[in-house]
Amino acid sequence: MATTAAHAYSAPINTSGEWIVRRRIFNYLGWGLTALAFVLLGSAMVWILVMVFMRGAGSLNFSVITQVTQGIGGGLLNAIEGTVVLALGGILLAIPPGLATGIYLSEFDGGFFAPTIRFLSDVLVGVPSIVIGYFGYVTMVEYLGWKFSVAAGSISLAIIALPYICRTSEMAIRQVPRGLREAGYALGATEAKVITRICLPMALPTIMTGVLLALAISVGETAPLLYTAGWSNYLWNGHLTNEPIGYLTYAIWAFITEPFESAHGLAYAAAFLVTLFVLIINIVSRVVLERSVIWRGQRR
Amino acid sequence: MKFRIVAGVFASIVGGILIVIVLFLGIYAWPAMRFNGFHFLVHNSWSLGSLYGNPITVHGVEILPGARYDILFLIVGTLLSTLIAVSLAVPLGVGSAMFLAEGVPGPMRPWFSFFVELLAAIPSVVYGLWGYVVVIPFLGHYVFPFLAKWLGFIPIFSGPTGSGYGLLTAGLVLTLMIVPLITATLRDALVNQPVGTREGALALGASRFETLWNVLLPDTRSVLIGSSILATGRALGETMAVLMVSGNALNYLPSNIYTPISTMAAFIVSQLDSALQDPTGMAVRSLAEVALVLCLISIIVNSLARILIHYRGRQTVRTI
Repeated sequence: MATTAAHAYSAPINTSGEWIVRRRIFNYLGWGLTALAFVLLGSAMVWILVMVFMRGAGSLNFSVITQVTQGIGGGLLNAIEGTVVLALGGILLAIPPGLATGIYLSEFDGGFFAPTIRFLSDVLVGVPSIVIGYFGYVTMVEYLGWKFSVAAGSISLAIIALPYICRTSEMAIRQVPRGLREAGYALGATEAKVITRICLPMALPTIMTGVLLALAISVGETAPLLYTAGWSNYLWNGHLTNEPIGYLTYAIWAFITEPFESAHGLAYAAAFLVTLFVLIINIVSRVVLERSVIWRGQRR
Repeated sequence: MKFRIVAGVFASIVGGILIVIVLFLGIYAWPAMRFNGFHFLVHNSWSLGSLYGNPITVHGVEILPGARYDILFLIVGTLLSTLIAVSLAVPLGVGSAMFLAEGVPGPMRPWFSFFVELLAAIPSVVYGLWGYVVVIPFLGHYVFPFLAKWLGFIPIFSGPTGSGYGLLTAGLVLTLMIVPLITATLRDALVNQPVGTREGALALGASRFETLWNVLLPDTRSVLIGSSILATGRALGETMAVLMVSGNALNYLPSNIYTPISTMAAFIVSQLDSALQDPTGMAVRSLAEVALVLCLISIIVNSLARILIHYRGRQTVRTI
């Protein structure tokens, strides 16, 4: 039977008890399942955090942060120092091109060039970090002969951080109201002046959160460093090439598979430090972002 | 005007990196590609050959006698673990996104979502640690025997359950790692649906869940597809966590869902040390070919997602 419009309109509203019960079951079941999905994810998150913090807190002691690694024991001072050096190096290398690209994409959009760059940068985010690490190995460690080194590790991390910084700076600068720019131009400012004196200061909080998040990602990376930074039991001697350097994520991976209690302790301590750092950065940047959203909302 | 040029030069560096990566990996892997040919993708035999033998020349390339570098088992392992992860992550992601967008009371919403998004912030190697220390014993002792007992009538669930390392463990850990991508993107899309649509459905007598399920969710279909493809790309390339829980299988295909596997990304890490023992360097070049294949797959997957989102979604997708 063909359902005509008239037929559809004249159809009585189904108020039978059975239909109402079915709807009610559908509603409760639906909410129940969505809540279940959330609870599953949330409890996995809690499980991970509890494991890392319980075991990590148990293995943390003063010598972990004051001594260097000795075989399967000692401390993690060399790894902590290495993580700081590598991550800061990577970020510092990534900020200038990332920020400049963000400016370019937000201010000089259109045509063929900017969308292509944006597309390539978006795809670069998805390239597995081990591929970037292997690229670093082939080019810097082997071809340029830098060996496992701070330079090779930092540049690999910079490649990973770059698209994130570029994306957040673009978003941040785009949010600066058009009227402000026009006011700047009307006062006779050049393009460079408008961007550096008006857009960048306004976008700075958001850009900073992007940089912080990229720093968190760099601190947590392992795969790109394994074959570019290597590992070292000693403190960094200041050489950029030819000297391997330790880092915390390596300690997690390498020491947990050793059959020694002291090695496990170092792995848990390293996991504790890395996770704590990453969580703090994420929470701080989220708070800053929420604040800046509220702030913008009130100003408007 | 000068400013624009300087920024443009930097921008082309960022864009150029991807091209340079593919180019260098390609050039470096070229001798391996000549030696391996198409066998690379369809056979199961990764072997460095006789390390003490004298190198021989095949197809104009120097290799060790008996060396083969074929990686079908890696491709299968990568695809299957990703398949498990994505097929679990999509329902979980949709469910949690619906709950976070509409189910949680208003003021708590951002913090609840933030809690789930933190899953994406946990470093891969910490997932690996968690999997290695906690999940593998748990799954190996309790869950897998249970699954084999009750789902054993399905062929892939039957058979020896192993020790906990394997395909399903890798798939489960990957699921957790990619779910936040889907949840965050879909939640944003649901929250940003026009108020009118929502009010229209409510005015017609639909309940809040019916509105969400029948009206709001269907409109976010392309966002869901786009973010799922991005999540697929992430699962394909995940390294450390998979390395620590997959069992690092060599040269065999999984016979059931508990079998140890290895993925392309994990294999590069686990094999580079031994590949460096090969004096002809062909093993390292073959690993570069693995990296190149992985890179190209992820480029294809990500381009697909971006194009889809660009033309269909018109909503921003979070990369987190």
